[in-house]
Amino acid sequence: MAEVTGPRPRVGLFVTCLVDLIRPKIGFAAAKLLEDAGCTVEVPSQSCCGQPAYNSGDRATTRQMAERVIATFESYDYVVAPSGSCAGMIKLHYPELFAGDAGWQRRADALGARTFELVSFLVDVMKVERVNVIYEGTVTYHDSCSGLRELGIREQPRKLLGSVAGLTVAEMKDADVCCGFGGTFCVKYPEISNAIVEKKAENIVATGAPMLLAGDLGCLMNMAGKLQRMRKAVAVRHVAEMLAGMAREPAIGEPPKTGGA
Amino acid sequence: MTVQITSPKFKKNARAALKDAQLQRALGKVEAGFIGKRRAVASRLPEFEVLRDLARDIKDHTLAHLDLYLEAYERRVTEEGGTVHWAATAEDARRIILDICKRREAKTVTKGKSMIAEEIGLNDHLVEHGIAPVETDLGEYIIQLRNEAPSHIIAPAIHLNRDQIEADFRRSHADLPAERNLDEPASLMAEARAVLRAKFLAADVGITGANFLIAETGTSVIVTNEGNGDLTQILPKTHIVLASIEKLVPTLEDVTTILRVLARSATGQEMSVYTTFSTGPRRAGDPDGPEEYHVVILDNGRSSMIGGQFREMLRCIRCGACMNHCPVYGAVGGHAYGWVYPGPMGAVLTPSLIGIDKAGHLPNASTFCGRCEEVCPVRIPLPKLMRYWRDREFERHLSPATVRWGLGLWALFARRPWLYRPATRLAMKTLALFGGRRGRMHWLPLAGGWTRHRDFPVPERDTFQAQWKKHRAEEARKKAQAEAEAVEAGKAGEKAT
Ligand code: SF4
Repeated sequence: MAEVTGPRPRVGLFVTCLVDLIRPKIGFAAAKLLEDAGCTVEVPSQSCCGQPAYNSGDRATTRQMAERVIATFESYDYVVAPSGSCAGMIKLHYPELFAGDAGWQRRADALGARTFELVSFLVDVMKVERVNVIYEGTVTYHDSCSGLRELGIREQPRKLLGSVAGLTVAEMKDADVCCGFGGTFCVKYPEISNAIVEKKAENIVATGAPMLLAGDLGCLMNMAGKLQRMRKAVAVRHVAEMLAGMAREPAIGEPPKTGGA
Repeated sequence: MTVQITSPKFKKNARAALKDAQLQRALGKVEAGFIGKRRAVASRLPEFEVLRDLARDIKDHTLAHLDLYLEAYERRVTEEGGTVHWAATAEDARRIILDICKRREAKTVTKGKSMIAEEIGLNDHLVEHGIAPVETDLGEYIIQLRNEAPSHIIAPAIHLNRDQIEADFRRSHADLPAERNLDEPASLMAEARAVLRAKFLAADVGITGANFLIAETGTSVIVTNEGNGDLTQILPKTHIVLASIEKLVPTLEDVTTILRVLARSATGQEMSVYTTFSTGPRRAGDPDGPEEYHVVILDNGRSSMIGGQFREMLRCIRCGACMNHCPVYGAVGGHAYGWVYPGPMGAVLTPSLIGIDKAGHLPNASTFCGRCEEVCPVRIPLPKLMRYWRDREFERHLSPATVRWGLGLWALFARRPWLYRPATRLAMKTLALFGGRRGRMHWLPLAGGWTRHRDFPVPERDTFQAQWKKHRAEEARKKAQAEAEAVEAGKAGEKAT
């Protein structure tokens, strides 16, 4: 557990659209990890970082959303998102979006500097060395593209997973290769996206690990959806769920537990 | 064949490519042949990343002063006895080359590998005018036999399997004994060599591309693995170099720097087998070389890129690393892109050269995974440049209506959290009901692209924001209750004492 000196940093949790709508568990896992690391967590009213508009070439809409995110979150010490893709959007693309508009650019830069993806924030900023979780089993880990290549997230999740008692990480072939999700790409070019995720699913299955973890829900839904369609018994979860000790809850696409199971 | 544009049909091309089992097998070679080798060779060179920076800076510097370097280059070529021809358009380049060939009464022309020749559709043009072009690069030779376009900028026949090539050779080299053994790649290579040797000697003109044009010395540089380029430029009486304006590099020293990243990024070699420098025609006393030396420098829209958003694309040294590492290229191959340049570099360059109205799909058909930028030896921010094209398509209303409407509807809500929260809550609750007790759905309205290939998880019963609010309220209530109880307990304690 991280040693807390001075006041607890106030973290604005940017929960991301997909987590908000599809899998709120990840938001709770993130909040727990942040609180355990010594942060005060708040969830201001929010919607989307604007990435779908940005990647579709709609800069005007993106700006409106980005301005709202900046105004909502700039009073926090840090902004943390359980997604490399959304964190990367705020951290790297907002400053670019506002280039040439001095006032907004300053605000975008300032927010960007305090914005982090969850696991890298825990390790790099809060200096978390380990988590207090026991889980007997094997998992494999997929490096989502934005986190890996825009934010350099690679060792941090492996480090914390390594501290889960009983857990083994079986690396898959091409863990750093795209899963084919790509935001709107997967619905604009479904056949190509499918071909890419098929390869990914084969690499996942080849590890023999019964669980797949990653740090971005979009990629996770894509891989889970494919594995399930292929009838492969691989449970798919966000890495935060494992680190927060929530890996016994139903995995993505599994029915909710009934009764006292 | 070469300049036929099918980029507008990218989706259809891609679908066909995905169903082509032969092609899918061949595409496996891209990964096996390039990716691991590049990684290994790059990791053996501690200064590799620094060299990439240097290569980028050399190219940037050259582009910033391109007019000066082009002039200097022309001066040096002229001093060495060669001639520089300026071609503003593909048509100009074709005309200039045809004129030279006609003046030299050429019947056969040997060709080294040149993407610019593909870009301007040179082969067809020569054939139309009674001149026979012979490709001498093995890959180019094979696709010439098949009347196909290259599918990769450095490995033009990567989409083919050995047995296809054997069949092509048996069909095209019908005068050779039918019972000959062509089982090994080496035997195919030997046969191509033997067939080409006669052509080298008969050729009147040799046309090569150039990897670099050196302003300081007036030299053109080609980088090959087969040595065919050397024979193409040395044996015929006339040598024509065909290159585009961004091939300029200031000095010999600069070339040696860029060469250190080129082969490593391209094929994972430290150096390619042949790196050939040629400067002007044969001088008195030279043992070999052409009588005439021409350089045709093509613009074809590039100079207008220099002042704009796509300038960085002109740093490209055509190593092919971006396509080797691209998951989309790896899934559909090069022909699906529908014109000369495939993969990420094509997704940026092709719209500049043939127009975004025709090439609109290419910068969209990317997951923005960023692997291309990660490996590009001159650090071209390819995803960013693709996004610039998407911006332009959106501005010009070229993006598909469904995308615009979908985005508009989503933006309507997402811009207004007070509207977004209740609306999404309702939508997710509905979806949860719709999904029932199953954890996932096999079909979802309006999301056929997703559910045709994968399941979709049934959302939890309420959004995170709504659950969080309840959770916080519950926590506050518990805390208040605990405090009240503590106060009560305190009072009771007081009474007891
Ligand atoms: S864009 Fe970069 S990686 Fe791609 S071919 Fe050009 S130099 Fe090579």
